[in-house]
Amino acid sequence: MRVPGRGLTQDARLVPFTFDGKGHAGRDGDTLASALMGEGVRLVARSFKYHRPRGVLSAGSEEPNALVTVEGVPNTRATVQEIWDGMSARSQNAWPSLAIDAMGVNDLLDPFLGAGFYYKTFMWPRTLWERLYEPVIRRAAGLGRLSGHADDAPFEKAWAHCDLLVIGAGPAGLMAALVAARAGADVILADEGARMGGRLLAEVDPVEGRAPHLWADGVVAELREMPNVRLLPRTTVTGAYDGGTYGALERVGLHRAPVAHRPVECFWRIVAKRAVLAAGAIERPLAFPDNDRPGVMLAGSVRTYLNRWGVVPGPRIAVYGNNDDAHRTARDLAAAGLKVAALIDTRGEARIEEAGFPVMTGARVVGTRGRLGLAAVTVEGVGGRREFEVDGLAVSGGWSPAVHLTCHLGGKPAWDERLQAFLPREGAVPGLVACGAANGVFSTAGCLRDGLRAAGESLEALGLAVPPVEVPEAEGEAGTVGPFVLASGGRQFVDFQNDVTVKDIRLSAQEGFQSVEHMKRYTTLGMATDQGKTSNVPALAVLAEALGSPVASTGTTTFRPPYTPVSISAMGAGGQGVGFAPQRLTTSHQAALQRGAPMIEAGLWYRPSYFPRPGELSWRQACDREVAMVRHSVGVCDVSTLGKIDVQGPDAAAFLDFVYSNTMSTLPVGKVRYGLMLREDGFVMDDGTCARLGLQHYVVTTTTAAAAQVMRHLDFVAQVLRPDFDVQCVSVTEQWAQVSIAGPWSREMVQAVVEADLSDERLPYMGCAEAAVLGVPGRVFRISFSGERAYEIAVPARYGASLWRLLVAQAESLGGGAYGLEALNVLRIEKGFITHAEIHGRTTAFDIGMERMVAKGKDCVGWASSRRPGLLDENREQLVGLRPLVRTGQITAGAHLYGRDAAAMRENGQGYVTSACWSPTFETALGLGFLKGGRARHGEVVRLVDAMRAVETLVEVTEPVFLDPEGGRMRG
Amino acid sequence: MRYSGLRLIREGLRGNAGWTRAWRDPVPRPDYDAIVIGGGGHGLSTAYYLARNHGITNVAVLEKGYLGGGNVGRNTTIVRANYFLPGNSEFYSHSLKLWEGLEAELNYNVMHSQRGLINLFHSDGQRDAFVRRGNAMAAQGDDAILLDREGVREHLPYLDFDNARFPIHGGLLHPRGGTARHDAVAWGYARGADRRGVDLIQNCEVTGIDVEGSRVVGVQTTRGPIRAPKVGIVVAGRSSQVAAMAGMRLPIESHILQAFVTEGLKPVIHHVISFGMGHFYISQSDKGGLVFGGDLDFYASYAARGNLPMVEHVMEAGMTLMPMIGRARVLRSWGGIMDMSPDGSPIIDRTHIDGLFLNCGWNYGGFKAVPASGWCMAHLMATGQPHAVAARFRLDRFATGRGIMDEEGTGAQHSLH
Amino acid sequence: MRVACPFCGDRDRREFTVQGDDTSLRRPGRDAGPLAWHDYVHLRDNPAGRLHEIWHHDPCGAWVVVERDTVTHAVHGVTLAREAAR
Repeated sequence: MRVPGRGLTQDARLVPFTFDGKGHAGRDGDTLASALMGEGVRLVARSFKYHRPRGVLSAGSEEPNALVTVEGVPNTRATVQEIWDGMSARSQNAWPSLAIDAMGVNDLLDPFLGAGFYYKTFMWPRTLWERLYEPVIRRAAGLGRLSGHADDAPFEKAWAHCDLLVIGAGPAGLMAALVAARAGADVILADEGARMGGRLLAEVDPVEGRAPHLWADGVVAELREMPNVRLLPRTTVTGAYDGGTYGALERVGLHRAPVAHRPVECFWRIVAKRAVLAAGAIERPLAFPDNDRPGVMLAGSVRTYLNRWGVVPGPRIAVYGNNDDAHRTARDLAAAGLKVAALIDTRGEARIEEAGFPVMTGARVVGTRGRLGLAAVTVEGVGGRREFEVDGLAVSGGWSPAVHLTCHLGGKPAWDERLQAFLPREGAVPGLVACGAANGVFSTAGCLRDGLRAAGESLEALGLAVPPVEVPEAEGEAGTVGPFVLASGGRQFVDFQNDVTVKDIRLSAQEGFQSVEHMKRYTTLGMATDQGKTSNVPALAVLAEALGSPVASTGTTTFRPPYTPVSISAMGAGGQGVGFAPQRLTTSHQAALQRGAPMIEAGLWYRPSYFPRPGELSWRQACDREVAMVRHSVGVCDVSTLGKIDVQGPDAAAFLDFVYSNTMSTLPVGKVRYGLMLREDGFVMDDGTCARLGLQHYVVTTTTAAAAQVMRHLDFVAQVLRPDFDVQCVSVTEQWAQVSIAGPWSREMVQAVVEADLSDERLPYMGCAEAAVLGVPGRVFRISFSGERAYEIAVPARYGASLWRLLVAQAESLGGGAYGLEALNVLRIEKGFITHAEIHGRTTAFDIGMERMVAKGKDCVGWASSRRPGLLDENREQLVGLRPLVRTGQITAGAHLYGRDAAAMRENGQGYVTSACWSPTFETALGLGFLKGGRARHGEVVRLVDAMRAVETLVEVTEPVFLDPEGGRMRG
Repeated sequence: MRYSGLRLIREGLRGNAGWTRAWRDPVPRPDYDAIVIGGGGHGLSTAYYLARNHGITNVAVLEKGYLGGGNVGRNTTIVRANYFLPGNSEFYSHSLKLWEGLEAELNYNVMHSQRGLINLFHSDGQRDAFVRRGNAMAAQGDDAILLDREGVREHLPYLDFDNARFPIHGGLLHPRGGTARHDAVAWGYARGADRRGVDLIQNCEVTGIDVEGSRVVGVQTTRGPIRAPKVGIVVAGRSSQVAAMAGMRLPIESHILQAFVTEGLKPVIHHVISFGMGHFYISQSDKGGLVFGGDLDFYASYAARGNLPMVEHVMEAGMTLMPMIGRARVLRSWGGIMDMSPDGSPIIDRTHIDGLFLNCGWNYGGFKAVPASGWCMAHLMATGQPHAVAARFRLDRFATGRGIMDEEGTGAQHSLH
Repeated sequence: MRVACPFCGDRDRREFTVQGDDTSLRRPGRDAGPLAWHDYVHLRDNPAGRLHEIWHHDPCGAWVVVERDTVTHAVHGVTLAREAAR
């Protein structure tokens, strides 16, 4: 119902919207809750467990009841959601309709559905839990429904830095922001509401002699004009984190019709040197039987709806409270010409006063009536029980300061008996000062003064002078509050959303769940979408009463981020699709795509899998051809993804001796050596080549996957372990494109582009040289990962694509061509070269047959640990080759190995397969794997079992090098 | 008091006044046959099995806060037996079998739900590693099924198969994997232990371990000294501090692991899904919240809370894997303190002090281990000998290099497991 | 969490990689014996309180020693590892 002449939006234009398909109209500036209230709608939701009819309780984000689905987005708070033209909202958790909800039957079963009932039943018969009980529970549980589909609406994340973050733009926050801004500080003022002003928009008591919202408007206008101030309305600071970092959620597009490219929400990371918490306070209800009917609202919220939006739940309203603030609601209602059925105060001697309306002190509400909305309340006071017919009941159990952010770093708030509230502890979040209602200061004048104080403290810490500011005159009476009260009997709700009642809390205590955390977990109190904002303190009062101990000793549960729920889309903005991780492309990427190569991920890189040719029907055909090319003519492969680290300095050689298990100081200039790096625990970290380009200049290569790790490791050794070495390391992976040319024709091909003598005398196997490549300064390495004569040519990255195109074209003219990762893998398995499939972090140099590469005469990373007896045990799993006994036999990676006749059980495990391929060269499957004591078992037949792929094969254990064990082909 | 549907109805009709305490609140006695330090999941199950399997009922569980207030009360509730290294394999297999009878055993509905767990892979190399894992599970007698991309799509049609940064190649399905109601596990064991005579003593912090000669004789607590010839340290998250009271320095670093839950939603995710490339795992609770987590924050911490970089990383992983959850709102985040060990595997062993036993190093796999951990710890404390399925959880494996169980292959940097 | 890189200034935690405590500043000699090496590689003080940690600032490559409280997460100091190691 709208109240003529009331509200700040009374003259605003009409905005049409729908609720459950029915058309309505609100005013521009309305929330869905105020608009529905204006339309006379009280029933807006059903509760979680008992499906009880529920209406709007509050006027803010603490709302436990009025959750709706807006434009397909579930669990939207009607009290926060602003309406816009054509907006569609639907109720949720009710079937077939909000008014007639089949699950409402739960409400009748409540004696059997008390706290923790599900722990005591649904156990027999066991199979029914998963088949019947749990599916039923799951279907009944939950509130709104996700669409089940991704939506493409954009979300954003942003960073901001400031001197002072002011959280909340009520009287205290505005004052703090104004003072800090005038002092010249960089200020961010964030407020959850659409319009800044906080309670000043909800009250009528004048500030500086005029309506309070006018004062707020004036301050906001001044702040808006200042270059050192950023205003963030519709922005909830959701979390306090270490180092003055705050998370905040801005509703950028949620309050208006969606437009392509306009973000829905933006998640801010705000780094603030200081912060002022002026988040206000949250009113809490009182307990009495059936205190949850639509129309029962928080008293302060009733005032907000009346004074800000000009709406009320109905013409006849009673007010019930244990504090002076509730009286204001009665006063404002009466002043607006509404009927105040009664003002009921729990405090004082039992009596009735007349103040234009009945005032009952020492009285209590003991019951309500009304099926889908409040019709009457029963009050017990002077002269016994009396019923009032009402449309609304404004309830106040006092106010709880919004201390949440002060607890996010582990701080516990302190109970204040006089205020009946938890207050923030000073210094709980370094750099943050709480003020105003969030600090337990409830009068407007007090808030203004406290805001000034908080700003002053912050400015002092920032080294800025506090400008002279006059605190405007305002209402100064905070009033007093009595203890929390409850009635006896009936169902008195404490947590409205999760349907936790006084009885549930008492049962929890009765059953020994007496720690506040136990009570919370057992009853689910405070675990709903509002996280107990309105229910926490009442519940503690009930628990304390049940235990006969004061609230102060009961303590409170932990407040954790986020303050209000934040969408995964907002905090995960940018992660959707390929945005999750960087994409690294080689310089030949486009050229490879043009040749039809499918790409596969290799770490963050993309590499061509194979290069299909006309007539080839499968990847295998292409792979077999590419392998044959390399074995018989020549193949070209971009190997730029391997990590390349330039190491220079007088101590470069000694440094590399320390990071490699083998010796690099003895490497002559112009030579390359294969190297093994260990972790400090003695296991293999990575392998690669090390080329010496000069006396003090090496280039180290790493595997693609480990490049970043090895780079960091080398810096670690240079800076932490051995700062005595004069050496510098820098990653040059991106700076150099590198192409491998492998096969019998490789020398001829390389010679055609490299201006240097490539004879075996001048550039033997494992030689390297700096040389011009078609006029470009480059490098040539004679190294092989295929077992064939091979060269790698490196040129500055900008020449990589053209070099690759040129070499591939040349190779094709010689009967060869480009080859991809599949062929690369086959080639290396045939030759017995290892990758991270073998050095998977659990293998030692000993395991892979490279024990001789752990030099005895020097220290290196991992040396000492590699000497542990368990790492040198002859019975360890050792690298072996595997070849099926019959040609058709399959070898699959991941298969396990067992004795020929042993059952495939863990106890009989002998090892496993790490790499497998079809070898076109040998026309058989080949595998590499690890086998217990494997080096001594060459020639033995073992059983390979891959239960995942239903493969079982008898395989012969061989040495891991199948092709050319003497290496004649590589050396030439 | 025995719980059942019938009892629920009977008590309901009588106004629920007849429910008795789930456990007593005893005053600590001066001596016990055995003391378990730590009233978390592992400590409570240890006490339960000491009584049940070994008849040792004169036992005190000493808890500095409230029962189940550590990691058993703040995790992502996943129960699985999909390890592949000998030592872990048989242990978690045993644990899963205990889970499968836990409701009947405890007369408490811990809501163990075998919804099926799917580990996704995104490359041939990852596939082969999961095949190896699946084969190990099969060899242990557990269940594993290799799914190709279409197989995954059948189970999880809502994943982003078309645009994700790491395209889904397939998955390893562990049908018996699932979830359980975490608090209920602690309470069920607590109630069971209490019913067998174990004293569960809350708000009782151990401040010292008393050793005479080479034998443990008791502990000092904030509620006075308590003597016992056997003491078990079962305080993951605080292991280093308690062990230090006995002069021990452990191979443990404490790290923060965050987890998240969204507002309640109607059922949308049935399985437990693990996305290794994004360090992301998710399931939906019976109450409707999406429960998910990620990797460590990677700095040492006892604060039981984390920071935004990992929060955002986890959300981004969720968005690349299953963008349909984007509009779900995160309701709460929390952090547990992880005992990170050098190989990612736990320790259940004797110590250099007679009668003093150690249970620690659960990394972030402790929840599913609760039944078997207690079973084996109780066996060790009662008999002095390691239980067969936990025989490899030795404290000395790091010094000797024998039997290191590094499932991740990341080596002796505690935080990387 | 924010850490002041001696080269780059105050930076968010996400720019860093954390190695672990500063044990690595006291690496034993090659022949210090198995006990010393076990101690170095595996055992940790793991204090609930002030801890010196080794962090890597990824963008600039500097390894730094961060003095940080593991209970409050307060950062009390940052020095270059190269200097701390000497």
